[in-house]
Amino acid sequence: MTPKDQNPTVRVALRHRLAERGVDRQLLLLAPAALFVLVLFVYPFLYGVGLSFQPARGGVFGAYREFFADPYQRDTIWITLRLSLPAALLNVAASVPIAYRMRGRFRGKRLLTTVLVVPITLGTVLTAQGLLNFLGPTGWFNRLLLATGLTDDPVRLTYNYWGVFFSIVITGFPFAFLLVLSYLSGIDPALERAAATLGAGWVQRFRRITLPLLAPGLATTFCLTFVLAFSVFPSAVLVGDPAGETRVISIAAYEAAYLRYDYPMAATIAVLMGVVELLVIAAVLGWRSLLYTGSTAGGKG
Amino acid sequence: MATTGGSTRRRFVASPGAWLVWGAVVFFFVNLAGVIGSVLVNSFGTRWFDTWLPQGFTTTWYGTAWREFGLLPVLVVTLEVSLLVVGISVLIGVPAAYVLARRSFPGRRLLYLLFLLPILMPPITYGIPLATVLYKYGFAGHLSGVVLANLVPSVPFVILTMTPFIEQIDPAIERAARMCGARTGQVFVRILAPLLTPGILAASILVLVRTVGMFELTFLTAGPDSQTLVVALYYSMSAAGIRAQQSVDAMAVIYTSMMLVLLVVALRFVNPTQLVARVREDID
Repeated sequence: MTPKDQNPTVRVALRHRLAERGVDRQLLLLAPAALFVLVLFVYPFLYGVGLSFQPARGGVFGAYREFFADPYQRDTIWITLRLSLPAALLNVAASVPIAYRMRGRFRGKRLLTTVLVVPITLGTVLTAQGLLNFLGPTGWFNRLLLATGLTDDPVRLTYNYWGVFFSIVITGFPFAFLLVLSYLSGIDPALERAAATLGAGWVQRFRRITLPLLAPGLATTFCLTFVLAFSVFPSAVLVGDPAGETRVISIAAYEAAYLRYDYPMAATIAVLMGVVELLVIAAVLGWRSLLYTGSTAGGKG
Repeated sequence: MATTGGSTRRRFVASPGAWLVWGAVVFFFVNLAGVIGSVLVNSFGTRWFDTWLPQGFTTTWYGTAWREFGLLPVLVVTLEVSLLVVGISVLIGVPAAYVLARRSFPGRRLLYLLFLLPILMPPITYGIPLATVLYKYGFAGHLSGVVLANLVPSVPFVILTMTPFIEQIDPAIERAARMCGARTGQVFVRILAPLLTPGILAASILVLVRTVGMFELTFLTAGPDSQTLVVALYYSMSAAGIRAQQSVDAMAVIYTSMMLVLLVVALRFVNPTQLVARVREDID
């Protein structure tokens, strides 16, 4: 071996050792995406965290102290949770029986799926306008209630908690349903049929086989639906009562940043929002990790 | 197949549980139809106060909405933003999805979590710091800022959508190509790109739908000339009283029909239930 080749050998050896651990030039394909996440997500996020510790007054934790000292700000966390948790739960819980009925093939399945997906296209403004028109005091819903004599006075369902709740359900349900349906379709029906031949009834089959296999998927669906519901902003303004009953945390963050130009406070609220949201998700996923997470395909899976 | 259909129908008639479920579905849809219908009727109505239907019908609101809101430039901006976001996120996301799907290397799980986070966080939580940073460097308020902000959830979305499509391709095909002397670039262009076309189309259309509908990030970063349709709609509705209700409704109808067309196109390419788990429908 000539001295000239000595150096390349060392380099090749290093490359080999790295390649054995799975590191080689092909990983460079990841570089744009990794760079992108670092520059546009991690850096701004850390910048926001840093900003939240530099308020105009009150020292390092000044903005946090200010947020928790003011009930008008502090209560937004509770208001947001009170809206998003029940709405996300309802969306997931309602999806299960419907998806359960829609497994397998039947005529018009594709049409029904399409119809169920349509609410995704509605957009916040059409949903908001529609809810105001439909559920408003002179809308069709109240008109029908009055005409059938179910109530004497129009039910108040807009510009309060219920308006926002319905708008979350309308936009979140199709999404939750699609996810639950796909998780449920991934479960091999042969497992249930096997249980049926052993004499398990409908309830037993669902409780002992389908539900345990479905539970991890349900946890994921709940998380994603919860994120959608938790960040509700436009509909809380448009169909809700943005100064009181539906003053969700994103409204507080928006007001701090764009109406009072108090960026440290806005960053603080954004950080707190992320923390609360991630706590809920961590709790759900922690519970999920206790569940079975293997194959749902049955057989050799 | 005929027997399956028959057994389903028999169950349909027999079980009270099924009736309850379908009843709830029908109730949901009747109300949903009411919500959509009332907007549709109002956008064509003349005066509508305390009656079941408006006093008369007209199509003038659509013309008014088009002129008053300057819809053409707004639509052009929406189109520019979403096409740029789709193009860039596919270019960045597909190679990353390929490596994440095929390779194992130290730090893979961490990277995966990093890509998952923008999807798991509400847009406002990272949108506000992001907008602050973009304002600092002079991007926000322009088209570039809106595009950059919208890329944050779109790139991870492409990665997550593409992973199952890539896993479906047999690695033996790539190995064969490599044995014949193809380099990574050639493998991508000649082998993977054609096989991945359905997946890329699906991901693109889903990103397009998401970007057209993305309110928060555009709202936080857009200037007066870079508003997309959702944001323009929001402003027109929250400034109620200045504009006629009916023209806002007309604009909302225009928006929804656009989204509906996009979604129907998307559904032609991708079975929405197969995004999460691969489903073998021919199983029974």
